[in-house]
Amino acid sequence: MAESLIELRHVGKRFAGIKALDDVSLSVRRGEIHCLAGENGSGKSTIIKVMSGVYQPDEGEVLIDGEPVRRLTPADSIARGIQVIYQDLSLFGNLSVAENLAMNGLLKERRRGVRWGEVRRIARTALDRLGIDLPLDADVDTLPTSAKQIVAIARALQAEARLIVMDEPTTALTRNEVDRLLDITRTIQRDGIAVLFVSHKMREMLEISERLTVMRNGRVVVEGPIVDFTEASITRHMTGHDLSHEVYVRPPQDEGVPPRLAVENLTVPGAVEGVNLVLRPGDVVGLSGLIGSGRTELALALFGMRPDHGGTVHIDGKAVRLDGVQSAIRHGVAYVPEDRLSEGLFLTQSVARNMLASSLDRVTRGLTVDRAQATRTSDDMIAAMQISTRSGATLVGHLSGGNQQRVVIARWLMTQARILILNGPTVGVDVGSKAEIHRIIRDLAVRKGLAVLMISDDVPELLQHCNSIILMHRGRFVDRFDGGTASEDTISAVLKTLR
Amino acid sequence: MTAQIPTNRAPTTKPGHSLLRFVNQDDNIVQLVIITALVFVVMSALSPEKFLRYYNFESISYTLPELGLLSIAIMVAMLTGGIDLSVVGIANLSAVLAGTLFHSLAPGASSSLGLGSVALGIVLALGVGLGAGALNGLLIAKLRITPILATLGTSQIFTGIALVLTGGPALVGFPAAWNFIGNGKVLGVAFPFVLFVVLALAIGFLLSRTAFGTRLLLIGTNAKAAVFAGLDTERIVFQSYVLTGLLASIAGLILSGRTNAAKSDYGTSYLLQAVLVAVLGGTNPAGGKGSVLGVSIAVLALMLLSSGFQMLRFSNFLIDFIWGAFLLLVIAINVARNRRRL
Repeated sequence: MAESLIELRHVGKRFAGIKALDDVSLSVRRGEIHCLAGENGSGKSTIIKVMSGVYQPDEGEVLIDGEPVRRLTPADSIARGIQVIYQDLSLFGNLSVAENLAMNGLLKERRRGVRWGEVRRIARTALDRLGIDLPLDADVDTLPTSAKQIVAIARALQAEARLIVMDEPTTALTRNEVDRLLDITRTIQRDGIAVLFVSHKMREMLEISERLTVMRNGRVVVEGPIVDFTEASITRHMTGHDLSHEVYVRPPQDEGVPPRLAVENLTVPGAVEGVNLVLRPGDVVGLSGLIGSGRTELALALFGMRPDHGGTVHIDGKAVRLDGVQSAIRHGVAYVPEDRLSEGLFLTQSVARNMLASSLDRVTRGLTVDRAQATRTSDDMIAAMQISTRSGATLVGHLSGGNQQRVVIARWLMTQARILILNGPTVGVDVGSKAEIHRIIRDLAVRKGLAVLMISDDVPELLQHCNSIILMHRGRFVDRFDGGTASEDTISAVLKTLR
Repeated sequence: MTAQIPTNRAPTTKPGHSLLRFVNQDDNIVQLVIITALVFVVMSALSPEKFLRYYNFESISYTLPELGLLSIAIMVAMLTGGIDLSVVGIANLSAVLAGTLFHSLAPGASSSLGLGSVALGIVLALGVGLGAGALNGLLIAKLRITPILATLGTSQIFTGIALVLTGGPALVGFPAAWNFIGNGKVLGVAFPFVLFVVLALAIGFLLSRTAFGTRLLLIGTNAKAAVFAGLDTERIVFQSYVLTGLLASIAGLILSGRTNAAKSDYGTSYLLQAVLVAVLGGTNPAGGKGSVLGVSIAVLALMLLSSGFQMLRFSNFLIDFIWGAFLLLVIAINVARNRRRL
């Protein structure tokens, strides 16, 4: 028997004349944890869809257990033990955990009635296999993302999987949840099941995988055992160039200038228990903590979305009352929300409209929007932020995650914001774009004197780009580090104690 | 998140497909124009001597504005993802109140009232539209009641008030100047049609060229993101319902002017027709998309269709059936086209 469970040989795939895959060869061995890395658009998803039989390759062949397969269909792929967990998880949100786990088996038996005892037994077994306990009767929609993912993994195992493909599984997870997912992955592997981990995050790749394949622009650029790679070399392979590792240094302060933002004893009922915070021009302050630590509520209070907050806020030395989003914006506060797609963007509207959404009054002359000026302003911003789009009229939903995030940041630059609060600015953004977003943020702080509050779970990100890092827990600031001098291990260790 | 084909470097079209691409572009204006032309040609072929007469088009120009304005009113409500089911109620209440005013100003001789009284009646009717719209806006934007339920409720209220005022039968005998709004001619063109064109242009301008219109579309696209972008969603949604109410009251004015009567339950069949015309005209009922031009063409297509069938002496009941079938057909075409594009 061949060692490879599934192998792609010289596979090519075109869409409307564009090469999505170009001479790709990739093999996943039995029982190994293999990582497939690449930026957005590098062809990772297309590979998954070839393996799962959704796409037929235009060139090359697919081998399963060493034998070539002609026209692999999704049903074939599943029958041969290949299970893909897509990012949306494809669960039935309105059904219970038990129902989700038992459904496939029950459907196969073609029984008309449902024996609920049986359903629960199947579900219990499935979760036990992963060593996880979840409420069997809870509707899947009510679970957090990490738990949904576990249900999806357990369901895949139920289907007698030999290979589980996970498409960017850690995008929506916090650090602790990622740890748990990695543990589960190892548990699966102990059962002899191979895992193909599709990701662009360094940490998971280096921690968990045995072999790594890196893709760029539809080609495999390098492949080999993980020990041959370092973070820097993976980044270089993914992006084609080296990224800066320069640590952010705040420009020298003019002591006479009042702080951009001074917050005293800020409280938000049920979430923030009296915090003090000073942001000076050029400050990039990192804020981390677990979900539920109050960090998002703090940000929302500063953005005027929690008018029930208490305490005093001074902006540029002036006492202000942030009792609504409009008043926060008027005082120069900008907020880049956590969930870019549902809170940040108008997906079916143009890039220009998305950028101008908060500053329409600035381009209105008399009654009408001055179209020439609106186009000029948005085109300038597209150039300044290096947003890759054909024009300002392109729908923002067609851009990549990194470019979309730049559009949201651009919106706030148009309002002449002086305080920029970013909640997870680079979540779901690929490595190259991430570096570009960091460059933009640092540039705004240094050259325009913005004060930046960056909320993130990504400790290396905070260490490199913040001059100060605050940890928050149960509504209070519990620790504070200097960027650059603190180490990732120290901060991670503190974060682990916060439960 | 990963590896879709980057659409911003979109696939280049194959030569010879540019017409197809034009027809296939995002708005369905082209499709609507083709359908309208098709209806026109078929009706002209089936009954050329009647359908192509000047009288037919003149008649359409008198009846189209009512439904057209109601459809635009509903489109405005749909832009934010809402709906206004009370438009016909508002239209009737406006007309009934104006009629009641005229009767109380000159009992028994209301049709001889002068311009001053008519102006007062117009102010009253439009005021009813603004007030009724404000009530809807209050319920929907401030109290956050689901639009379909809020306006269903207010629709009952408006119809109920009109019913109490009239006691059931139609109020008849409007002043001549009032009737001019529904029956008059300006430079040989039906006055209601002129009014419709002016209002359609004004609303089109408002939606496409002003900050208000852009904000309305943004809210309809993603209400949550609109809040995070600092839009005053409450105020803008409120204003959109006031506008809807105003348009509905103008429709009521034209309707009562044309028929020289006002009744609590006139034009009830207009409601669902207006909803369907709005959707047919390319309005997305989930919000964020819609144009005055699309709705105007859609209402023209339906008016041509129904006048054609009337000439062919189809029963009125059958005409309702055909309207429904036609609307479903067009919506099915839209769905099929959208699916192919995916």
